[in-house]
Amino acid sequence: MFTAIFSSVEAGAIYALMALGVYLSFRILDFPDLTVDGSFVTGASVAAVLIVSGANPFIATLAALIAGFVAGCITGLLHTKGGINPLLSGILMMIALYSINLRIMGKSNVPLLSEETVITKITTFWTNLNVDQAVSGLLTSIGLVDYIPKTWGILFFMIILAFIIKGLIDAFLKTDIGLALRATGDNETMIRSFSANTDSLKVLGLGLSNALVAFSGALVAQYNGFSDVGMGIGMIIIGLASVIIGEAIFGAKKIARATFAVIGGAIVYRIIVSLALRVEFLETGDMKLITAVIVVSALVVPKLVNQQKERQRKKKRLLASSLKQNDHTYEKSGEQLAAVKSDL
Amino acid sequence: MNNLLQLSQIYKVFNEGTPDEKVAINHVDLTLQKGDFVTVIGSNGAGKSTLMNLISGKMIPDVGQVNIDGQNVTLMKEHKRSRLIGRVFQDPMAGTAPSMTIEENLAIAYSRASSRGLSRGVTKKRLDFFKEKLSTLHLGLENRLQAKVGLLSGGERQALSLLMATFTEPKILLLDEHTAALDPSRAELITNLTRDIVNDTHLTTLMVTHNMQQALELGNRLIMMDSGQIIFEADEEQKSKLTVEKLLEEFQRIRGSKMNSDRAVLI
Repeated sequence: MFTAIFSSVEAGAIYALMALGVYLSFRILDFPDLTVDGSFVTGASVAAVLIVSGANPFIATLAALIAGFVAGCITGLLHTKGGINPLLSGILMMIALYSINLRIMGKSNVPLLSEETVITKITTFWTNLNVDQAVSGLLTSIGLVDYIPKTWGILFFMIILAFIIKGLIDAFLKTDIGLALRATGDNETMIRSFSANTDSLKVLGLGLSNALVAFSGALVAQYNGFSDVGMGIGMIIIGLASVIIGEAIFGAKKIARATFAVIGGAIVYRIIVSLALRVEFLETGDMKLITAVIVVSALVVPKLVNQQKERQRKKKRLLASSLKQNDHTYEKSGEQLAAVKSDL
Repeated sequence: MNNLLQLSQIYKVFNEGTPDEKVAINHVDLTLQKGDFVTVIGSNGAGKSTLMNLISGKMIPDVGQVNIDGQNVTLMKEHKRSRLIGRVFQDPMAGTAPSMTIEENLAIAYSRASSRGLSRGVTKKRLDFFKEKLSTLHLGLENRLQAKVGLLSGGERQALSLLMATFTEPKILLLDEHTAALDPSRAELITNLTRDIVNDTHLTTLMVTHNMQQALELGNRLIMMDSGQIIFEADEEQKSKLTVEKLLEEFQRIRGSKMNSDRAVLI
């Protein structure tokens, strides 16, 4: 149980980078970008192929990030210069990337198990620090022997990385360009009347978004030990799930809060899925269905809760006002009550 | 050169070559001197909005030339041209970004004339400037800098739009029926603010309005449009003598005579 939650927090922190990318396109630019399903794999395959051919894993991951940026920019160009509707330009790019990813890898699956990756490098570095023994020793001394994972290093690094990226996004969205980018998603007429080129802002935004997605894909490939051409299927929904769950739980009043919520949402999503998969009746193949159910409930439940609250508030107010009236005008009480009833 | 805005022989036709063909602007010439405040009136479909769109760059004329401050901007893209032009739209929601705060909206407007980079949008220095400018609106917005603009009322948003369009002192200010969607008291507030701001900054302004009273109250020149042409023009002296009744009379006289001539052609 603990191990399951531990590894979902670990994976959640890596997927959080992808979710932050989805947040940029979906929330900031208001652009439902389906490129994500493809660019995630592009990141994974570029990194995998480079690592297998002997490149430094950090450079391979950086190359993946750039590949994702290019993919996002092309989607942006299809939409802005080609005049193709946002959804369609994303889908077109996603389909195109499927073939491109196969070309990059040369086959449908590239294993990384025996290679040196960012993950193994972090683990080695961490082991040399001897922190694990200290933490594990602490847990053992308070009797939690069963709850000791292999290493704390990956969790630690991935969470730090997610928060560094979050910090960079927060800072970027407060710059002059960042403000113009947000306004592009918010009110295009307005930002164009303030001398911003919405076309290039959209291309930039989609590029950054997919760069993060591909970055995350590269890390996931190294974390799981393989890159597979099908690993991106449904990625956009997982990203959306993270964004929406995060917003429902942590709120999104300010940018810094919203990006925090996205990271939180990505981790919570992984935990929910791993808990759901522990239910005897459900199988691994049900994961997409579980995801869909999670997204639907994250969208619907907060609305229902708010409606219920609003109703309660109204009921209270109406009852209070009708009682007050009753003290003075008894003859009208029937009407009053009828009015109250119809409002409820 | 004192001609800040110069339109020469502007011609624009919609749906050319189809049965729906409509000449929206028919060889219009218009020149605004520095500091001119011209009000534009005319019935629906007279071409007022098209004229605005041609100046702002949202549309490009089929024939003719648009000059701003001596620079030929006829083919310049809308977003580039908007460095020179401040605009306030009819819809109070159109001029501001609702999910961003007041200070962020102001920062966007502030960097209109410079190229945007990676420096912080809302800085201490800019904030002081924003507060000072907001206080001139007398709406208390200077104390709500962190509030999201979507929470403001229509009148407040339009006042903010007006401020954002003008405080960087663009070459030209275009007001497109910017009080039409507001209730009378709010409309009056915005009208007064417009007068104050234009008086203080001496911005060269073109204002479209449906309200004849407003067209007479504001500005130093007035033009009337119909069927894509300027059919009546009043300079400062003539305008000071105009009343709503006279204006209506004039409108009917020109319109009527034109109808008569149309009939002559038809018979």
